[in-house]
Amino acid sequence: MYKYDQYDQAMVDARVAEFRDQVRRRIEGRITEDQFKPLRLQNGLYLQLHAYMLRVAVPYSTLSSAQMHALADIADKYDRGYGHFTTRQNIQYNWIKLEDTPDILADLAKVEMHAIQTSGNCIRNISSDHYAGATADELIDPRPYAELLRQWSSFHPEFLALPRKFKICVIASEADRAAMKLHDIGIRIVKNDSGEIGAAFYVGGGMGRTPMIAPCINPFVPLDQLVTYCEACLRVYNRYGRRDNKYKARIKILVHELGAAEYTRQVEEEFAHLQTQDIEPPLAELERISTYFAPPAFETGLSEEIDRSDPDFALWVDTNTVPHKAPGYVSAVISLKPVGGIPGDASAEQMHLIADLTKQYSFDECRVTHTQNIVLPHVKKADLHALWTALEAAGLGAANLDRVGDIIACPGLDYCSLANARSIPVAQKISERLSPRSAELGELKVKISGCINACGHHHAGHIGVLGVDKKGVENYQLLLGGSEADDTSLGKITGPGFDEAGIVDAVEKATEVYLAQRTDGERFLDTYRRIGINPFKEALYG
Amino acid sequence: MKIVTGNDLKTGAVTWWTGSDWSIHVDDAVDAGDQAETIAAREEAARNVNSPYVIEAVADADGKVRPAHIKDRIRALGPTVRPDLTLKPADPTAGNWVI
Repeated sequence: MYKYDQYDQAMVDARVAEFRDQVRRRIEGRITEDQFKPLRLQNGLYLQLHAYMLRVAVPYSTLSSAQMHALADIADKYDRGYGHFTTRQNIQYNWIKLEDTPDILADLAKVEMHAIQTSGNCIRNISSDHYAGATADELIDPRPYAELLRQWSSFHPEFLALPRKFKICVIASEADRAAMKLHDIGIRIVKNDSGEIGAAFYVGGGMGRTPMIAPCINPFVPLDQLVTYCEACLRVYNRYGRRDNKYKARIKILVHELGAAEYTRQVEEEFAHLQTQDIEPPLAELERISTYFAPPAFETGLSEEIDRSDPDFALWVDTNTVPHKAPGYVSAVISLKPVGGIPGDASAEQMHLIADLTKQYSFDECRVTHTQNIVLPHVKKADLHALWTALEAAGLGAANLDRVGDIIACPGLDYCSLANARSIPVAQKISERLSPRSAELGELKVKISGCINACGHHHAGHIGVLGVDKKGVENYQLLLGGSEADDTSLGKITGPGFDEAGIVDAVEKATEVYLAQRTDGERFLDTYRRIGINPFKEALYG
Repeated sequence: MKIVTGNDLKTGAVTWWTGSDWSIHVDDAVDAGDQAETIAAREEAARNVNSPYVIEAVADADGKVRPAHIKDRIRALGPTVRPDLTLKPADPTAGNWVI
């Protein structure tokens, strides 16, 4: 894992001191809320439905046990004993006091964490594949490049007041586990016909009220020009992105309105100019960063055998572990989606346990997934039963990865001041209703947002649910056919919306159409793509 | 009726104008009528409340003030999915009027 150098630490410490002074002046009444609001947002502090909410960045999803312990301690000491892991691989606390915030940020800084640029019109936390460095299907570990971009984008003076927020994702495999094409910039590290490693740039994707899949604007940027090319992409956006209408201010609108070809032409022109400016970080810096991402000392000669005599354990192994590049190891996914639970929530006790298990079984490293789960990336198969036993005892043993109970849901109207409808109760009811049929339904990704901002990724769900406000009453639209994997697609709305009970029935009806129509081996998404939306509409509205 | 709500600056807690002060309990809210905006501005200037605003409310059958919109009703009591975190965690019927 990356370790802060003196510059990283000095910057974060200085920001804590600066914010402590800003909070003091706000409490003393020396600055108004209008003056203070942009300052607190730059430090991840929102004023939400019930209280202040603090969003803490988890760079490219990676945490150490010490960091997870610190997150648990914050939940215990300053919040109400839990945290919420988000679809941007971050964690949020819902009950923060303003006067405690400087101390929280100081505690975070001690474990090389912060909340900087988790809000506002700037480059947000860099996201990545939660199996990076563990999966056999990646070309290289993408995280050194994600870290390079983290350093480049942190406090970048030119990009702290963009037209709108900006999200970058870096992956290095054909399989997309990070919704790469639904980011403002999605970077896939690729190999060209000559065997050279470079980066394909996908620019202008996103969800929200105008969902778009990013087009590939350059299939191969040399890795030693990665930062320069990002700078060119951002410069064109910063210059021409719309500032007159926040709903048209994301880069996806610019790319769409200019056309990908014209946007690309302008980026290439800017890129050519920037190459004369020598802004790319020296190779030595990338090499320094890369040393922190060296593979752990995997044991060799390990057994591939797993004792599957306990059927519950065998089910969890089959569902929640994925292949690893090192023989004898797997990546194990800790579901934060118990049946009927709140997706993404973890108690302080659970976080402490995950931290302990991270240290004991996974080379002191865990990951936060955009699907609101936790991954232990490097677990010996021989340790799986002990790991599962500990998880089960703590309510963390749900065997439902990518199944109907593994629902993404935003905080919705239970917590979020932007939301129009509650997401969590709908997720809970769908989970309770359909989890008993999880095995029969197979891979089925359900994603729920409480408003058009789409934090719950409803556009990209095999089944998506969007909560809307219909004359002061919660109403839910059903979408089908979305995907955020390598076959990225956007879901289509089936028709008129439903009330809370009705949307749960509607989701169940959609699964019944699938079960009736599927052929051997088809997932829900495959069947939908083959038969189209009409059979589902007939079942829902006929 | 119109009621005034905001947040406590230090804690972020949701607060309601009672006619003379601010309370975390919506039951204490009063109809501020056509003075609502004036009260909000005055109280913010006096630093008694953070980011106040005026919302519509109704009186229920018992005469208790209830925000008209679901968002404000959830805001008044707490998250519907965590009764233990609401203002009345020991009362299982406390949220009956929210949804």
